[in-house]
Amino acid sequence: LIAVAQKSLLHGGARRADRLFSWLCLGSGLLVLVVLGLILLSTGNEAMPAFRDEGVGFLTSKVWNPAAGQFGALAFIYGTLVASAIALVIAVPISFGLALFITEIAPKKLRTPVVYIMDLLAAVPSVVYGLWGIAVFGREIAKVYDDVSRTFDGIPVLGNVLHGANGRSFMTAGIILAIMITPIVTSISREVFATVPRDQKEAAWGLGATRFEMIRGAILPYSRNGLVGAVMLGLGRAMGETIAVALVIGSVPSIRASLFESGDAMAAVVANQFGEATGTHRAALIGLGVVLFVMTVIVNVLARKVAGRTDRRLGGKA
Amino acid sequence: MRRTRIPVLALTAFSMLGLLAACGGGDDASDSTSKGSTNDAKLASATLNASGATFPQPFYEQVIASFADKHSGVTINYGGGGSGKGRTDLQTGVVDFAGSDGLVKAEDVAKYKGAFLYFPTVAAPITVSYHVEGVDSLQLSPETIAKIFQREIKTWNDKAIAADNPGAKLPATAIVVAHRSDGSGTTENFTKFLKAAAPTVWKLDAGSTVNWPADTQAGNGNSGVAQIVKDSNGAIGYVDFSDAKATGLRWAKVKNKAGKFVDATLDGASAALAGVEIKPDLSYNPLWAEGDAAYPITAPTWILAYTNQGDKAKGEALKAFLTYIYGDGQELAAEVNYAKLPDTLKDKAVAQVDQLVIPG
Repeated sequence: LIAVAQKSLLHGGARRADRLFSWLCLGSGLLVLVVLGLILLSTGNEAMPAFRDEGVGFLTSKVWNPAAGQFGALAFIYGTLVASAIALVIAVPISFGLALFITEIAPKKLRTPVVYIMDLLAAVPSVVYGLWGIAVFGREIAKVYDDVSRTFDGIPVLGNVLHGANGRSFMTAGIILAIMITPIVTSISREVFATVPRDQKEAAWGLGATRFEMIRGAILPYSRNGLVGAVMLGLGRAMGETIAVALVIGSVPSIRASLFESGDAMAAVVANQFGEATGTHRAALIGLGVVLFVMTVIVNVLARKVAGRTDRRLGGKA
Repeated sequence: MRRTRIPVLALTAFSMLGLLAACGGGDDASDSTSKGSTNDAKLASATLNASGATFPQPFYEQVIASFADKHSGVTINYGGGGSGKGRTDLQTGVVDFAGSDGLVKAEDVAKYKGAFLYFPTVAAPITVSYHVEGVDSLQLSPETIAKIFQREIKTWNDKAIAADNPGAKLPATAIVVAHRSDGSGTTENFTKFLKAAAPTVWKLDAGSTVNWPADTQAGNGNSGVAQIVKDSNGAIGYVDFSDAKATGLRWAKVKNKAGKFVDATLDGASAALAGVEIKPDLSYNPLWAEGDAAYPITAPTWILAYTNQGDKAKGEALKAFLTYIYGDGQELAAEVNYAKLPDTLKDKAVAQVDQLVIPG
């Protein structure tokens, strides 16, 4: 069979095979769009009863009370955004530092093992992070929260934000998410740093720059857009993360300033409540999925835009 | 190559023979020991898939395992996933039967592919477990429980708790309320109990998820709630009997409809079942039941199956399985911390098994 295929390719079939291949590629490309569209269509359709019942209230109300048929997603949207924001605040500096270390500072011997370990970190299943978060990390970190909240007690704003001492909280979820997105952000920023042309760096060296000045003057300006793309992809992952967040965020839908108290997030509540949900409750959970889907698409489109701009610039200069 | 293949084949054949012999032996044993009313003639091989309530899952797993010892041709997979999932799976025909802690809502009946039957299987108490250093025994009335879970009572030495526990020394420890983070039949039954028993106090209504106050804690599954209670001094939470026992928690005696404080025990649960009204479709509500010995937070659970079984082998396997649940299965219940059905209910259930229509 292979021989026949090869023969047809060699004798006159080459053009046909070319055309077939291009159709195949186009088909695959379109398929992604179609699948995306169908997902949005079918989930939107399933969520209709909830959207119809709640209207705009689905996005603006913070009351989620399945027993009384009230479904407001605001507390979950808030939780998702807060936990993701904490994750970014922690993960982004670490990831950039790590990526710079790997590309610019680390001796060659160290580079491979560090990259290898980062990749391993990305391969750990999220439920493992969740269980570790709830059984080990959450318990220990609660003591730290307690100390911190005592220290800042009574100080306006900080006293409110750093209040409470709950191991299952926005903060714990944010920290766990930070650990989970660090490998992705690191790996992409590493690629971005690696694209900085050598002559730029050498020019900086030639001007007598220190290593830090070289990084600041040559690498960072050149990579800025690529780094924004890396952060956006990390954000997308953090927002969509389900089971780890479901385990550690505390699952009490609430909008409050305090980071050391329980909250809830969109993907987490879907995982938690779907099994027992019926009727409008089920529709509302699917509706949360739709809202999250739209939010993630927006983040991804933004990331693509930024990354695309970097690509063009890099392409032009290379 | 060819030479080595022969012994392998022979080995396989031998082991197959061995398996067959084992199967035969198993069936013989079941014929002699079975108390069930069905003729235990060899069941055709069949696979029953089921999903649904996680609350009775340990019991079903136990029964399925010992049923499999007797009927090796029948494989039963009980997937869990929650009562809601079980009911949806039965509607769509993904499963052959479903486990459910709750009844099908009237408006959903039309979504099923025909008439279905409720088979009550076991029941179990839901404990009000607590962890307060210095408090070894505790009594709570439904009104007090409602106030605690609504965060109207915030310390253990509150006068409402003191009134339920005359003479007891209660510390000023702050109360930590723990509830389920996942939608759950246990939450539904617990809140239904509060709604029925403390109608004037309880404002959160009843359901698989209710709008808990923000300053509470949530754990995943019964074991998650049990863990919070175990870990934090001052905690209280509702936990099913087997998890509370497995985690080594203390639980409160709860005041029942007759005004008696009753401990959460399997006998208390069976007593609650004995006093309830059983509807013709075998649905019943054992929460807040009559009777001096009845434990008031007793949760029921059912197996749901279509009356018309489309497949002969599956139908007969299901019938044999249900018969087994009402026979030897009831005796297994206590081992895994579930209360067996009282005879009145069990007899009705056995009679209902014969209503399954199996194609000839």
